[in-house]
Amino acid sequence: MNLHEYQAKERLAAQGVPVQKGFIATRPSQVPAILKRLGRGPWVVKAQVHAGGRGRAGGIRLVESRDDALKAVESILAKPLVTPQTGPAGLPVRSVLICKAVDIRREAYAAVLMDRRAGGPVLVVSPEGGADVEARSLSSPKKFLRLPVDPFRGLTAAQARRAALFAGFKGSLSAPAARALSGISRTFFSLDALLVEVNPLAEVLGPGGRRVVTAVDAKIVVDDNGAFRHAELAFEEDLGDLSPAERRARTAGVSYVRLEGDIGCLVNGAGLAMATADLLCMHGGAPANFLDVGGGAHGPQVVEAFRILLEDERIRSVLVNIFGGIMKCDVIARGLLEAITTTGLRRPLVVRLEGNRAEEGRRIIAESGLNVVAAGELADAARKAVEAAKAAP
Amino acid sequence: MSILVDQETAVLVQGITGASGRLHAKACREYGTRVVGGVTPGKGGTDADGMPVFNTVREAVRRTGATASLIFVPAPAAAGAILEAAEAGIPLIVAITEGIPVLDMARVKARLKGTKSRLLGPNGPGIITPGGAGRAGCMVGIMAGEIHRPGRIGVVSRSGTLTYEAVWQLTQKGLGQSTVVGIGGDPLKGTEFTDILALFEKDPGTDAVLLIGEIGGSDEEEAAAFFKSSMTKPLFAFVAGRTAPEGRRMGHAGAVVEGGLGSWAGKRRALEAAGAQFIESPAEIGATVAKGVLKS
Repeated sequence: MNLHEYQAKERLAAQGVPVQKGFIATRPSQVPAILKRLGRGPWVVKAQVHAGGRGRAGGIRLVESRDDALKAVESILAKPLVTPQTGPAGLPVRSVLICKAVDIRREAYAAVLMDRRAGGPVLVVSPEGGADVEARSLSSPKKFLRLPVDPFRGLTAAQARRAALFAGFKGSLSAPAARALSGISRTFFSLDALLVEVNPLAEVLGPGGRRVVTAVDAKIVVDDNGAFRHAELAFEEDLGDLSPAERRARTAGVSYVRLEGDIGCLVNGAGLAMATADLLCMHGGAPANFLDVGGGAHGPQVVEAFRILLEDERIRSVLVNIFGGIMKCDVIARGLLEAITTTGLRRPLVVRLEGNRAEEGRRIIAESGLNVVAAGELADAARKAVEAAKAAP
Repeated sequence: MSILVDQETAVLVQGITGASGRLHAKACREYGTRVVGGVTPGKGGTDADGMPVFNTVREAVRRTGATASLIFVPAPAAAGAILEAAEAGIPLIVAITEGIPVLDMARVKARLKGTKSRLLGPNGPGIITPGGAGRAGCMVGIMAGEIHRPGRIGVVSRSGTLTYEAVWQLTQKGLGQSTVVGIGGDPLKGTEFTDILALFEKDPGTDAVLLIGEIGGSDEEEAAAFFKSSMTKPLFAFVAGRTAPEGRRMGHAGAVVEGGLGSWAGKRRALEAAGAQFIESPAEIGATVAKGVLKS
């Protein structure tokens, strides 16, 4: 689960990390009151979407006057934001964060993230933050310090001090920067996060012309597997970016990703689902979705998964590929029939059942009298699904 | 011959009184596995389908001499169950549970360091040394036992059902398996490809190894490097996710971690450069291994 910038900053502030002051707005009418609370401008209006690259896409705007602020909020909320990370359709913007503009003198980078190779959390810092940090991490890895964080004790004070110095916080800024890094680590642990990223962790000009450490932008990804320990997060989740089909799949507990093709796929297991999509492409077809019903799906789940597929207007053929381990092929077959009785079958359906109770499953489908194309081997199934999609009117 | 499990392996099932624990404990026993009992706190002294149930792993080990544990404990308590098995000195812990928090796994990994326990998984199908042709089998997992045949191909995979597909293709080509190992699909796991490759390399019952990978992380790249430096047996590899869209990754920081690794193309390049036989089509896994094994 991704948190928005404003949610991430609230969490960081609660752990003692100094953040840029700001308030959230969902309507232009809220703007005057927010500006009053923030005090004198200029201000920054930032689109709250789960994607990077907002600045260059027009999703972050510096405004000097109340009228400009109103106009910026209206125009950002009016249409989806398209950035290099959103895809061509962009993401709808339902809220904006309005902040007091800060005078940034230097941008550093700080994150705590779950690192596969290290086998646990790692603190990553760099004296050079800001845009394109991804590219720089590859071109100049020496500018990045990576410290493994003890999964029981968290970041130690000594590690925080060392990282603050590496990230370029000198003199009187080194202690507050170290405290900010410790706060970032605490935020990571308190949320069961996979990523807490502050970029930039900046030196900004504070009152009296003194530099202060401030989190100007932040991103948090929370581990969905840890959700049972964080009931409060359920209220914070923004599912607005998901398509209706993705939302339904989520409610049903099946894993669904919308793709751009026209062959609907229903497969058990993530690896086999990916491999099935790969094979369709190798045969000149294009999957409309990735749908993994999981290992132990039960009847109602299977029915809902089929409905999601059968109601997708883009689909020209459907491929069901099940290799039963825990999953019983007769459960799949019955779920398929039940879904078809309620939604109808307007498109050719290719079914391949193998493994646990495959023969019962095949028999149920054969005896149903429905127009189903039975497939044997994996390649046979892919070929038939692609042919059916091409032949469909 | 085989790796990690054989007819001597005495298996304990943690979570044996739950629905899936009970189902799979029975299936393993029917396959021929020596299932010596189960553990469910508070249900000690009862029995599950004739298998004795104990309150703790320590007690179960003392009473049954178990050498492996198969874990079905639900995700919130699974990390604790893994550590309990390790503290009781179980050498092989197979965790089927899906959905364990990553932070829990980081803590489990830290605790397991320096112990004698090996963890397989979590979020994997388990491990099987197929039986038949005069050899008793041992299944410690949730796979469909009947699609396997005893033989000389070692299989190691990050996936569940895709492994069944690959095994089924091998079996249909007349190629049996020495041992089939699922290391699990989670980002943090107990055993890596390289650990299993090292065991297959040493196993006199394994002639060649089939590796089933997928996009994300750098497991396949590390396997490729290990194959090049330390293996003499042929390696066949398939990687799923060639056409998966980019995204669903962790933005900047994810890339900071991965350093450009994780894509299908990168994995293919690494495996081919190391001299592994790379299989492009998931429909050609069995055929490619059969052709390659005949040649060598």
